[in-house]
Amino acid sequence: MSKPISEEEYKKRLTARIKGWITGEKDPYLGNMELQAGKEPAMDEEKRRSHQKDHEKVLDRVYDRKKNKMYRFFLHFYKITAVACCIAMVTILLAAVSYLPPVGNSRNPGNNEVAEKYIEDGLQDTGAVNIVTGMILDYRAFDTFGESNVLFIATCTVLILMRNDKKKGKGSAEEEEKRDSYYEPKSDTILQKIAFVLVPIIMIFGIYVVLNGHLSPGGGFSGGAIMGAGLILYLNAFGFEKTERFFTEKTYKCISFCALSFYCLAKSYSFYTGAHHLESGIPLGTPGAIISSGLILPLNICVGLVVACTMYAFFAMFRKGGF
Amino acid sequence: MQIISWVQFLAGVGLLFAGIVIFMIQILGVFKFKYVLNRMHAAAMGDTLGIGISLAGLMILSGFNFTTLKMGMVILFLWCASPVSSHLIARLEALTNEHLKENCEISGTLKEEK
Repeated sequence: MSKPISEEEYKKRLTARIKGWITGEKDPYLGNMELQAGKEPAMDEEKRRSHQKDHEKVLDRVYDRKKNKMYRFFLHFYKITAVACCIAMVTILLAAVSYLPPVGNSRNPGNNEVAEKYIEDGLQDTGAVNIVTGMILDYRAFDTFGESNVLFIATCTVLILMRNDKKKGKGSAEEEEKRDSYYEPKSDTILQKIAFVLVPIIMIFGIYVVLNGHLSPGGGFSGGAIMGAGLILYLNAFGFEKTERFFTEKTYKCISFCALSFYCLAKSYSFYTGAHHLESGIPLGTPGAIISSGLILPLNICVGLVVACTMYAFFAMFRKGGF
Repeated sequence: MQIISWVQFLAGVGLLFAGIVIFMIQILGVFKFKYVLNRMHAAAMGDTLGIGISLAGLMILSGFNFTTLKMGMVILFLWCASPVSSHLIARLEALTNEHLKENCEISGTLKEEK
């Protein structure tokens, strides 16, 4: 026989609290998490006004706003063009959406014979047991080439933003790196011993993933990411003096350039001969063997090298501003 | 033979459930504790004990083959990597936190290696 209890008492019970948590009435973690954004320093009205005045004065000085007709024209032109661009963009997107075929229609372009062709003839055409690799490095190789180039361009952009050219003195790359990592554990014995054991294993595993890209899941991108992680671990454990013995800017340039241009030339040749129904002269080999499937293995190696170098270059650039 | 396969199945599933329980404790600790070192302890427990027990259960379930060896290597790798990362976090906290004594007892002195 259960006794009737008041509502407050019921709310205190464990079952009711769990029920509230499950139904979402009360989130126990809401407001209890440690990560909270810091409050902005409160700016009083007077300070804000003085800032505004300073800003106006600066604009007057720089552009001579009262007499400068071009400046006023530019302001109006800017607003009108921004609105026009927005409206044009919205119109184009809406028009594109209205031309999309209905969802789930069996005659949609997404449900055509291309996917079937990949699955049925993939092994015969490319010689790769892993169909995904056969797709991204044979049928759609230029797409992958673009992705590798995106990585390279991203590195160039970070280079523009983060590069620190000063060699010596105040503000040089070494000094800044020392100041940034003042509290970081330097030459930590435990980390060094573990890195001594783990880095070779990580690198070998990365190479294994890259070389087996056409046989098992994996390939250039994942294997390159593993190799880059190994390089970053090595850098963290032993510092820039050790890594700069084998990986400098010159190495990066050389590897990236060679890999990307080899990819471009090899794939252009393959597409050219394929489009003209010529014999390309690249043997496909027996599917399943490590040296097989024509160009896929070297292309995988190229992509892996580019990805590994990009990861390491990003880390070095953000850490020190050059490598 | 059927008894052996049943024992294998039950042992594997039991270990998996034990691993999941430890993961739940880890998640509770990571979100409930306020201080860095406490939360690091909870997280490191899941990364070593929880993953170890879960993978041991999977190893028993999969039998004796190449996959088992791979899972054993995953356990070894994680047991090498996770405690070291916890150690680095703890060391950074001990070096940078000025009010360390309010949060935990310290014996001996901290030295920074140059």
